[in-house]
Amino acid sequence: MLGNLSINQRAAVLSVVMLVVGLLIWEAAIPAQKAAEELTEYERLTGGGAPKAGVPPPSQVIAKAWEQLSNPFYDAGPNDKGIGIQIGYSIYRVLTGYLMAAMVAIPLGFLIGMSQVAYKAFNPFIQVLRPISPLAWMPLALFIIQDSEASAIFVIFVCSIWPMLLNTAFGVAGVRQDWVNVARTHELGPIKTAFTVILPAAAPTIVTGMRISIGIAWLVIVAAEMLVGGTGIGYYVWNEWNNLDLTSVIFSILMIGVVGMLLDSAFGVLQRAVAYAE
Amino acid sequence: MPKPFLSIERLTQQYPDGQGGTLTVFENASFGIEKGEFVCILGHSGCGKSTIMNILAGLAEPTSGVVKMDGFEVSGPSLDRGVVFQNYSLLPWLSALKNVTFGIKARYPDWSADKVEAHARDFLAKVGLEGDVVHRKPSQLSGGMRQRVSIARAFANQPKLLLLDEPFGALDALTRGTIQEELLKIWSGTEQTVFMITHDIDEAILLADRILLMTNGPFARVAESVEITIPRPRSRTEIVEHPNYYAIRNHLVQFLGQRSKELAGQQSGDAEQSPDNVRIDMTSAEKVEEDIAPPPLRAVND
Repeated sequence: MLGNLSINQRAAVLSVVMLVVGLLIWEAAIPAQKAAEELTEYERLTGGGAPKAGVPPPSQVIAKAWEQLSNPFYDAGPNDKGIGIQIGYSIYRVLTGYLMAAMVAIPLGFLIGMSQVAYKAFNPFIQVLRPISPLAWMPLALFIIQDSEASAIFVIFVCSIWPMLLNTAFGVAGVRQDWVNVARTHELGPIKTAFTVILPAAAPTIVTGMRISIGIAWLVIVAAEMLVGGTGIGYYVWNEWNNLDLTSVIFSILMIGVVGMLLDSAFGVLQRAVAYAE
Repeated sequence: MPKPFLSIERLTQQYPDGQGGTLTVFENASFGIEKGEFVCILGHSGCGKSTIMNILAGLAEPTSGVVKMDGFEVSGPSLDRGVVFQNYSLLPWLSALKNVTFGIKARYPDWSADKVEAHARDFLAKVGLEGDVVHRKPSQLSGGMRQRVSIARAFANQPKLLLLDEPFGALDALTRGTIQEELLKIWSGTEQTVFMITHDIDEAILLADRILLMTNGPFARVAESVEITIPRPRSRTEIVEHPNYYAIRNHLVQFLGQRSKELAGQQSGDAEQSPDNVRIDMTSAEKVEEDIAPPPLRAVND
């Protein structure tokens, strides 16, 4: 029966099967709350009748998702905003910090990639700063910037700068000398060479760095928002944990995954657009 | 004696040999190329052909000596000196057509886009690339087609001097044959001065007005300048019938096989090293046999 299907169709069938089986196991593994009449007197006395916080079954999560996604942009005060608003805040912070990082990392990467001196001069700083967990900057950022929103953006800036910087430098340094010679024999100036030869030649490597950076930025924003609070998907997860609303926690975890996947695939499209075969 | 169009004067190239000394690739090399001439240079690997080419292109600096074109000293790369590299050096993210317009736009920045494209298509057609194939990326073209694009790009720019660095080195023999004829076709309509490196004796005889022969390095020198006394237009099948063909060919084979080694490694002292002119013509009444005899070991500058 499966023999007639293409590889993609077979994979899709298998994915659906894994999803259904996984959800069924999850559903079956959650013990149902006993009805009050079945409780012994002892259990009633010790509070067994009160609803216990447990891991919710998938059916509840799906119901929650339906409820949230059918009205994603409601705003009922500081602690009760729709998932769309929360994700919107997170994306806004990620993109702001990310774009600032790109504006610094790509030109600087060009410089480092084109000049041995610049590479050697910058390298020690990069090597020391790069392994620092971006969240370690948070206290300093909060103290200096004195604004939680801007601090979160700063943390995104710091974490997304490195892959872009290193990949740009690597890509620029690796541009084939033949192509640079083509630019030279055509008397292109340095700016023209950078834009018409080096940039397209290094673009696949640069975009790979940008793709890694956006992935890291989306990982970090959740943690940063848990710290700074107020709005955002990270804050939402932490707030629902404080509310012991695990259904919402699971739902928002899934939303983090979906948004991360969408960001990544957007860069996948960009990557295919700049790719070339030698 | 008036200076030739392109004049290479006392060119010397030395590299550190890694043990504190210097390695002299060639020393005081001097030769000239006339306007409209097609000159091939033949020599074994390591004799510095590519170095000379890079110096002419302005991509490398000689240790000493100058290159003058049209009376002006050459310094750095220029659109006046077009280069066709052995590995095609097409930009892989651009289509064949865009690779050619890339060059034309650099050469003629004030041309309209239509004019640039028409000019590019014109030159691509001259090397047999027409229709949809011009929109393909280099990776979708065969090696021969890529080199055609590269040749079209160089000719479209109409440089004063065209440098070809073993352009057919990476191609199979059959493809090489067709592209050689295409090169002759695109060249014959122009007054283009061409300087070409090759390893292929038959290719050099087919294409060149004159062949420069280099001895082996170190201390390589351009020892002889052999005139190709076979009238144009030439074709691969017809030139072998010409009485001069095998005489010239034998002379070249003998030089590369034997004398290039014998003449190697001789320091020039301070003398300028100009090639001896060799003219082999079996069609004329008096055969100038003495010219074929090995020339004196050191060229004397006239």
